Amino acid sequence: MSWRLWLPFLLFFGFAGLAAYQLSQPKDDTVKSTMVGKELPYFTLPPASLERPGVDSRYFYEGEPKLLNIWASWCLPCIAEASQLEQLKEEGVEIVGVAIRDEPTDVMRFLTEHGNPYSRIGRDDLSEVQLAIGSSGVPETFVIDGKGVITYQHVGDIRPEHVPMLLEELRKAGR
Amino acid sequence: MIAEIGLAALWLAAALAVLQLVGGALALRGGTESELAALTRPAAVLQGGLVALSFAMLLWVFAITDLSVKLVAMNSHSAKPLIFKLSGAWGNHEGSMLLWVTVMALAGALIAGIERRLPERTMQATLAAQGFVALGFYAFLLLSSNPFERLPQPAAEGLGLNPLLQDIGLAFHPPTLYIGYVGLSVAFSFAVGALITREVTPAFARAMRPWILGAWVFLTLGLVAGSYWAYYELGWGGYWFWDPVENAALMPWLAATALLHSAGVLASRDALRVWTIMLGVVAFSMSMLGTFLVRSGVLTSVHAFAVDPERGSFILLLLALYIGGALLLFALRAGAISEGERFSVASREGALVVNNVMLSAILAVVLLGTLYPLLTEAFDVRVSVGPPYFNPVGAIFAFPMLAVMAVGPLLRWRRDSWGRISKELALVAALLLAGIVLFAVLGEMALLPLLGLAFAIALAVASLLPLKGRRLKRVPIATWGMITAHLGIAVMLFGMASEGAFSQERLAALEEGGTTSVGPWAVRLEAVEPVAGPNWTALAGRLTVRHRDGEPQTIAPQSRNFWAPPQQTTESVLVTRWNGQLYAVMGGSSTDGRWQVRLWWKPFVTLIWYGGLLIALGGVLALVGRIRSDLKHRYISRRITERREERENA
Repeated sequence: MSWRLWLPFLLFFGFAGLAAYQLSQPKDDTVKSTMVGKELPYFTLPPASLERPGVDSRYFYEGEPKLLNIWASWCLPCIAEASQLEQLKEEGVEIVGVAIRDEPTDVMRFLTEHGNPYSRIGRDDLSEVQLAIGSSGVPETFVIDGKGVITYQHVGDIRPEHVPMLLEELRKAGR
Repeated sequence: MIAEIGLAALWLAAALAVLQLVGGALALRGGTESELAALTRPAAVLQGGLVALSFAMLLWVFAITDLSVKLVAMNSHSAKPLIFKLSGAWGNHEGSMLLWVTVMALAGALIAGIERRLPERTMQATLAAQGFVALGFYAFLLLSSNPFERLPQPAAEGLGLNPLLQDIGLAFHPPTLYIGYVGLSVAFSFAVGALITREVTPAFARAMRPWILGAWVFLTLGLVAGSYWAYYELGWGGYWFWDPVENAALMPWLAATALLHSAGVLASRDALRVWTIMLGVVAFSMSMLGTFLVRSGVLTSVHAFAVDPERGSFILLLLALYIGGALLLFALRAGAISEGERFSVASREGALVVNNVMLSAILAVVLLGTLYPLLTEAFDVRVSVGPPYFNPVGAIFAFPMLAVMAVGPLLRWRRDSWGRISKELALVAALLLAGIVLFAVLGEMALLPLLGLAFAIALAVASLLPLKGRRLKRVPIATWGMITAHLGIAVMLFGMASEGAFSQERLAALEEGGTTSVGPWAVRLEAVEPVAGPNWTALAGRLTVRHRDGEPQTIAPQSRNFWAPPQQTTESVLVTRWNGQLYAVMGGSSTDGRWQVRLWWKPFVTLIWYGGLLIALGGVLALVGRIRSDLKHRYISRRITERREERENA
């Protein structure tokens, strides 16, 4: 009888050890797009601002790897990542924007206030492109290599510590 | 200032929890009355009041959207309707922990205030244990999750509340579940108290039973609300997804159900002592384990929230302290507690033991399935365990349990013979068999739904059998409770099984004016229109739906977009008829201008939730019955003492 009384305690002990081990492991909980490693779906988007042309998925098939940045003028974290995008642009990275459910006037105001790192900005009024490439929110940033293949997805705003990592991903995509 | 009052009240409450622990412990040492021991009860009552004050202050800062409080700025928004501002107070990690400790302290205050049946020593031990458990949560709140933290600069606007949570069903789902979880902490403290003083008696079980019943009713309601919310808000077609977070709530319910029945045996027949204590520890352990799984992020779930490994470590520490400690105490002490009265296999106790074993087995199945990915991940293998495991393996234990549930209430306590109830047994078996044959002939369906339907019908009839030959007015309320709850299980089972057996799905791409059909329904997409709400915009599909030759009805499922924080949700529309629900969801548009419309026809699906409500109602009736008989008992014993005193004085 008495050894059986210890059984619950020992089982719990085993669980606690396992849980403690798992907690100490680094963990990645972001929602990953299943599109990573695949080609961009075909799309064309009209321009979202008067200053920049719209976006066509074929544009990603020629030449250097690029960043595809999903954002919106109404999104607070997008303000937070604006200066990192500026920095990436200064490093010579081409950034293509897709503005989600936005108005041209709001886009203009945002770009005047927080800088305009984009070479092109497409207007995705129904989140069609956003959903098609497997993005679940704004902001999100994709690394697309020269052949239109998504090689990396960054969920959430780009913080200063992410900049070197994104540059590294771009370099890898360029090979 | 309001936030500071809340914080101060919380610190004071924590100090009182220390007093409660020390006072209770001193009272136990040597058995001599300690002056501090007299303080345990008032300390528990005052602690409850202070925490309630603290929680009220949190509600206040959320109600006025005080954006200088970090928690408000992170989780609320001035544009939200008031009810969702308030529910925002507990729709996050810090607030929900404060709610947790509030419920716990109020429960402690209530035991200290009204419980008079327990021996004083067990009472002191129970309150000390309750103080000890609460203390851990205070430490958690005050040291690492302060809900009243101020921002250095007030925010200009809040970041909002997860739009999925902006739903009336979900505003009340967490507090309901919490009252259930935390109510089990009382059972836990009782069990620990009894282990310390080694006094496991029927009186102890009777004192514990209303708490288990109350917690169990709230758990049941919380599960029903959560299941319905997941069904209509998340657009999940099914009733149970076997997601770790859902399982985290199911496991305490299973344990509490087993505890409820075994405490009943202990209260009426003085048997199953050790087992009841064990379940008391396990039930609350499952609540805490659930909290740990949901918040630590060790398991990946679709709706885990407030995930943070650091908090996970803190909760794991609390788990080790309380659950590990209680199980250690159990291992050391339980040998000294005798098993209690004997009984034969063919008896009410025998049936309840089988029920307990089966419930525990189902609990083990769910626990194993939930934790299995954790185990394999340690070896770097990622797996997810889903319905293909849970449904059949759970069913292996569920169906025998249902069979015992059907006949158990017909048996007498202690010793009975199967022969005495042979007529009833034959009736139930015949119904079961007829059901299986009928549904097998009626249509092709999988084994589990088929068995489910047959068992549901047999159980529904069987659960009414204890009323046979009795004068209905004389049947005790608690017995009505049992009958209602068992009937509820049958109703719920019927809903689940018919959902599995008869559901029809149709995914159609319609242009405006296009038509489709699902089951007996004809559906036409009239138009797609934009709609604007207070903090969202949406595309609504205007659909005309018609059941057979009935009148056409217009419905408008939406695909909603919130902007703070940005998120897309689907607002499905349900058309409920007596025999089922039509479920319509609006999808996106395809490139050729057609719109995706997803439709289900789910016959009798609503019975799942009506059954759940019946189960909870059964719990309420049982609780009312117990409280009434307790009060009567108390009144009579007081009268007897008065009479005796009168006689002695005369």
